[in-house]
Amino acid sequence: MMNRKKKIVIIGGGLAGLALAMKFCERNGEVTVVSYQSLKRSHSVCAQGGINAAIDAKNEGDTPEKHFYDTIKGGDFLAHQPLVRDMCYQAPAIIHLMDRMGVAFNRTGEGHLDFRRFGGTLYNRTAFAGATTGQQLVYALDEQVRRHVHDGSAKTLEWHEYLGAVLDSEGICRGAVIHDLRTDEIYTLPADAVVLASGGPSQVYARSTASFVSTGAAATTAYMQGAKYANGEFIQIHPTAIPGQDKLRLMSESARGEGGRVWVPRDANDKRAPKKIPESERYYFLEEKYPLFKNLVPRDVASREIYDIVYNQNLGISGDPMVYLDLTHKSKEFLDNRLGGIMDIYTKFTGVDPRETPMKIFPAVHYSMGGLWTDYGPDSDGLIDHGSPRNQMTSIKGLFAAGEADYQFHGANRLGANSLLSCIYTGLMMARGIMNYTDSLEKSVDDIPSTVFDDTRSHWQNRFNDIKKMNGSENPYQLHQDLGDIMLANVLIVRDNKSLDKAWHDISDIETRFKDVKCLDTHDWSNPTPSFINQLYCMIHLSKIITKGALMRDEFRGSHYKPAFDMNQPKDFDPHEYIDYLEKKQYGEVPKGKFPREHLDYMKRFEENNEKWLKTTIAQYKDNDPEITYEEVDTSLVTPRPRKYD
Amino acid sequence: MTNITLKIKRQDKPGSSAYWETFEVPKRPHANVISCLMEVQRNPTTQDGKTVTPVTWDCNCLEEVCGSCTMLVNGKVRQACTALVDHLDNTIVLEPMSKFPVVRDLQVNRERMFDNLKKVKAWIAIDGSRDIGEGPIMPDQDRAKRYVMSECMTCGCCLEACPQFTMDNSFLGAATFNQVRLFNLHPTGEMKKEERLDAVMGEGGITDCGNAQVCVEVCPKNIPLTESIADIGLQTTWQAIKNLFTK
Repeated sequence: MMNRKKKIVIIGGGLAGLALAMKFCERNGEVTVVSYQSLKRSHSVCAQGGINAAIDAKNEGDTPEKHFYDTIKGGDFLAHQPLVRDMCYQAPAIIHLMDRMGVAFNRTGEGHLDFRRFGGTLYNRTAFAGATTGQQLVYALDEQVRRHVHDGSAKTLEWHEYLGAVLDSEGICRGAVIHDLRTDEIYTLPADAVVLASGGPSQVYARSTASFVSTGAAATTAYMQGAKYANGEFIQIHPTAIPGQDKLRLMSESARGEGGRVWVPRDANDKRAPKKIPESERYYFLEEKYPLFKNLVPRDVASREIYDIVYNQNLGISGDPMVYLDLTHKSKEFLDNRLGGIMDIYTKFTGVDPRETPMKIFPAVHYSMGGLWTDYGPDSDGLIDHGSPRNQMTSIKGLFAAGEADYQFHGANRLGANSLLSCIYTGLMMARGIMNYTDSLEKSVDDIPSTVFDDTRSHWQNRFNDIKKMNGSENPYQLHQDLGDIMLANVLIVRDNKSLDKAWHDISDIETRFKDVKCLDTHDWSNPTPSFINQLYCMIHLSKIITKGALMRDEFRGSHYKPAFDMNQPKDFDPHEYIDYLEKKQYGEVPKGKFPREHLDYMKRFEENNEKWLKTTIAQYKDNDPEITYEEVDTSLVTPRPRKYD
Repeated sequence: MTNITLKIKRQDKPGSSAYWETFEVPKRPHANVISCLMEVQRNPTTQDGKTVTPVTWDCNCLEEVCGSCTMLVNGKVRQACTALVDHLDNTIVLEPMSKFPVVRDLQVNRERMFDNLKKVKAWIAIDGSRDIGEGPIMPDQDRAKRYVMSECMTCGCCLEACPQFTMDNSFLGAATFNQVRLFNLHPTGEMKKEERLDAVMGEGGITDCGNAQVCVEVCPKNIPLTESIADIGLQTTWQAIKNLFTK
């Protein structure tokens, strides 16, 4: 037993990292939070619409079990079920906790928490603070962590970057290699455990809704050090964003949750201003096609429909790749109170007031369902044993992952307002397991020879010295844009093997060009260029994980849409038929004539496809490329079935 | 295509002398100052053809919710991401904020703002994060009032504009006073109200405010900073009277 405090290093100051930092300090641990920038500025602040919890404030009969089912169905059954179920059961307590911390959640007339609707559910399940919920949640956790810093139990290393894990001779993670972004110093931080709460990888696409720092570099380095990366090909394309040069700015799903309607003029040549087009000449395509969920179908569905309208039906506004997102039927007071944050963003970036004129939007890369493979310890009730050291541990012992950096909660498609939940949930949930993991170690980090740390530090110092010596002809920032162009052109909403194959080869050209990069700046003070070159290297490898996973997965599941493998669900099909079919099969033969021929064929195709593809994609770094294998998904609680939202 | 001329005030490290460099970048649709700076990264060549190191700046969210990319654009403090090129002249002058130490080029060190948050205990002192049920009931009007204040990104615009806030004094500034008001307005936060007020009553505190009222003009989030200052002024007056009798 150690007679000192247990110490962990957390990489990332977003929701997952901060939640864990707070919880670990409360358990009398010692925490160092490493952040690329000042803590309050992490990408979690960009989350807008809200956070889900089945509190049933509107007396609709909502329950955590229904939240669980919606999440699993939304993810096309690719997520491990006990973990998602546990998250949904914890959600109400998480909202109450955040409320106690002073988050300015919108409230009802009686002063209780108010809730609104989001995609992929029929219940008002989303708590919200205007339309800047992520920012408000980050601030609340940041304040709690600042309080622990003030009290001396937490330390922050801002303007520091994580480079890699320190692995001992048995491959156990014993600390982190840290790069001071001001002084350029590279050193190691010994720790009982290291947690990557380092966010998502959307910068691989160069133009997305993600922040500047969301490069996925920390997770990719872990992959290159031997950790498994899971479900990389599942990239969420958010249906509604504002096109831009440097970034595609998100227009929250809450715009539709609060009544926003998506439409295009029925006539492609209609050049009239949107307000001049009468109701009957507008095509509310989501409402017409999905009368049950209407504009609040899950994101993968909405993005595909918008893509179809623009590129197959050629109905984009004035021939451009854009559709209307219309809130002009709502009062200004209502919009300012519930959606003020995004109203301001739209106005500031387009010069057009969305309270007066329908917004023009198009889908954009938004979130990665995939991430580092992590483990969990189920209990006997179909929930999670919160004390299990397995919780959130990657395949490298002692290296954990949380938040968007892991893969466990969203299957093949994430439901809106579930990401803030999964981030805070993982951060809070994993603290006890890490404590127990530390107790279970035979050898403490204090017994690890200093050469292990020295060697790892030298490795990274050499790596950065080599980067600074790169004196070729390629501009690394341009190369990043070129990589993004390849990914945007070939690995997006609609995928086919020819384009994916092309992307794979084009990425390999990028890899060749990378060798000819010029390090534009070799100063040793506050110089972002060498770090960026290292991140670019990681992004190239990450793009290979995404592309190869997509190339090999010959099916249509959630965000991964390959029309060639669409099983073409019959229009009048009811998913309950499938449950009926499985039951009949279990008791012997399916009676002839029980199901329409077309339905039966579809169900057989669906079943066969699941046997082959209802699997977690695992990428492992081998000979400079990802080696892809597949693992079983835990579907012990809900039978996977066809999704339907109309 | 027309070009944008970027005149940028650069500095290699803290304490070294500043110098100006000028860059030409193509004017693209929907461009903002950040996308222009990204153009410079992709082609770090000055107007007179000299290859230089890329300009460094801080940014992250690029949609004005993180506060990182605050700088002086044509002499006015603001976030560079919302500085749309279409709304500016074709010559754009960029400088680092002047009230904080320069780190490099357009990057400054705003640690002082975060330290001030510690000084005034800008947090709710919860008992712990275990589940003990719902938070306090609160009228939505109070929530709405707090929400506006809680949108502060710690960007520093209000301090840059404030004549009272200088590099060598200890004035806390509008952002910090606003945080005191934010937390004192919360039913649980109010329990530590006196500690927060004591923290803004000494040197650099609320009485040093010169009432220039420019803070509220430059706040990108339209936070009613002067209202917050007036409110904290009132709260501290009562606190001072109370202290006379109790301390």
